[in-house]
Amino acid sequence: MTQISTTSRWSETTGAATTRVPEGLWLRCPACAGMIYRKQMEANQRVCPDCEHHFRVSGTERVQYLADEGSFEPMWAELTCVDPLKFVDLKAYKDRLAAEQAKTGQIEGALTGRAFIKGRAVMLGVLDLSFFMGTLSSVVGEKLTRAIEYATEHDLPLVIVSGSGGARMQESTLSLMQMAKTSAALARFDQAGGLFVSVLTDPTTGGVTASFAMLGDLIIAEPKALVGFAGPRVIQQTIRQELPEGFQRSEFLLKSGIIDRVVHRHQLRNEIARFIDYAGK
Amino acid sequence: MAIPYTLEFEKPLAEIDAALDALERDPAAGEATPDRAPAIAELKKTQRDTLKKIYNNLTPWETVRVARHPDRPLFRDYIRRIVKDFVELHGDRRFGDDPAIVTGFGRIGSHKCLLVGHHKGKDTNEKLACHFGCAHPEGYRKAMLKMRLAEKYSLPIVTFVDTPGAYPGLGAEQRGQAEAIAVNMRDMSTLKTPILSIVIGEGGSGGALGIAVADRVAMLEHAYYSVISPEGCSAILWKEANPKNNAEAATALCLTAKDNKRFGIVDTIIKEPVGGAHRDPDKTATSIERWIVDQLAELTRLKPESLPPKRYERFRALGKVGEPRRSSTS
Repeated sequence: MTQISTTSRWSETTGAATTRVPEGLWLRCPACAGMIYRKQMEANQRVCPDCEHHFRVSGTERVQYLADEGSFEPMWAELTCVDPLKFVDLKAYKDRLAAEQAKTGQIEGALTGRAFIKGRAVMLGVLDLSFFMGTLSSVVGEKLTRAIEYATEHDLPLVIVSGSGGARMQESTLSLMQMAKTSAALARFDQAGGLFVSVLTDPTTGGVTASFAMLGDLIIAEPKALVGFAGPRVIQQTIRQELPEGFQRSEFLLKSGIIDRVVHRHQLRNEIARFIDYAGK
Repeated sequence: MAIPYTLEFEKPLAEIDAALDALERDPAAGEATPDRAPAIAELKKTQRDTLKKIYNNLTPWETVRVARHPDRPLFRDYIRRIVKDFVELHGDRRFGDDPAIVTGFGRIGSHKCLLVGHHKGKDTNEKLACHFGCAHPEGYRKAMLKMRLAEKYSLPIVTFVDTPGAYPGLGAEQRGQAEAIAVNMRDMSTLKTPILSIVIGEGGSGGALGIAVADRVAMLEHAYYSVISPEGCSAILWKEANPKNNAEAATALCLTAKDNKRFGIVDTIIKEPVGGAHRDPDKTATSIERWIVDQLAELTRLKPESLPPKRYERFRALGKVGEPRRSSTS
């Protein structure tokens, strides 16, 4: 059993576009540039109290924000990576994994397990952005597939919160195959009449977007989250023109007809509970 | 007959070609110089041996280069050679017709099939129209639409995979590239009809898998299948894409047919003629056709309803994990 009490400073220390202000009592909001009191921001579910900017959050924090207090029961948390490719780039994959484990106290990315959301039983899956950028590995794919199968078997509403850099390169086609694996499991869940709410957070890209994240019966995204198949830099290099303002952000996806709703972090529990009620689950 | 384009690791061959050319084109060659014949024969033998040696020992990065060879046969080349009475079907009924994915009815051996494949384009204009085999959402949606038809008419589906990846562009994102690929993977897993996939060149990530959730998957000997291109991988993990890093990334990614077979991602490796598919497209086509006919003979005998559960198990088993203690699944 993993505990959900690990306090992660991840989003301020390593988050790409968060802030460069040294860790301390105060930090600068990357959106409004205002100085905000860290504790206040954290107590506000990591949302800037001034401009509503949604900071990135770790998997454990996400579970805290979403699930009824103390209701999350982690499942399959002990699954480990077996590194079948023995992948080495400038560093060995197993060393990178060890570093991620030391940093987060987690064995692998993604937390899965039963939980309650406003008193409604759900199967919850959360990709952990703080672990290897939330990338989809064999373990993450296996955990999610088990979660989907469990939800199918027990007729539980399924909620998956995505935040991910995509498929994990270090597992090559094996991580690629997790896209097919999770998607196929969702087909069975769908045929069984299950309700799947997919929650997209900043950033959700690549193989995660191009599989389970886009297969929700209902797809909701946090405000201004970057969500796309290809990264903006790759697109810019390909088409060689400036990308429009707000391209690939939640609001752009909403306008393009790709997602159902843009939902503030504080409203996620309410919205999910409402969906569960409308679906009669 | 020198092949006009030569990869750098084929340099020894180019030199032999040049020597042969010189011998054969020598103005004196027309005269009675019987002593020249043995020299030519000797050189031709060296040429054959060198070719074999090079292609038997390709590094993963060299394999990628062969998979992208400009003369490598493309989907339409195989259609011409393998498929009788091909009827191309266009359009996704929603947005447009993506030439990067070709679909149509046709006969392979005695089997009526639906064919689906990436097409990169032959000449410059076609290549541009096809975005070099990088499909848009409408391509994936066209493929799915036609595959549903195949299920309805009990036609087996044969897909040919050859793409650097799905197109990364503004319109593609706006029209739901990710959703299109995801839906294809989900829905292909449920089709009650046999599905075969062959990676004939580049198996580029989600763009490849979007038409490759199949009962049986084969790879041509010098094709590659990977989650990311070696260049993309080296740019991120090695911080710079240069030939040396690309080669290292290609090795690390285990993208060759052999490696993918080792991990159970593909079931069969289809041998290519010595020197690669581009040296003998007819022979390559015959090998592919034989594999398809063999698989279809088996799969069409099974009850169509029995296929999706087996296909599910096939993909369900991919990606081994460690399980130190019994999981809490109670």
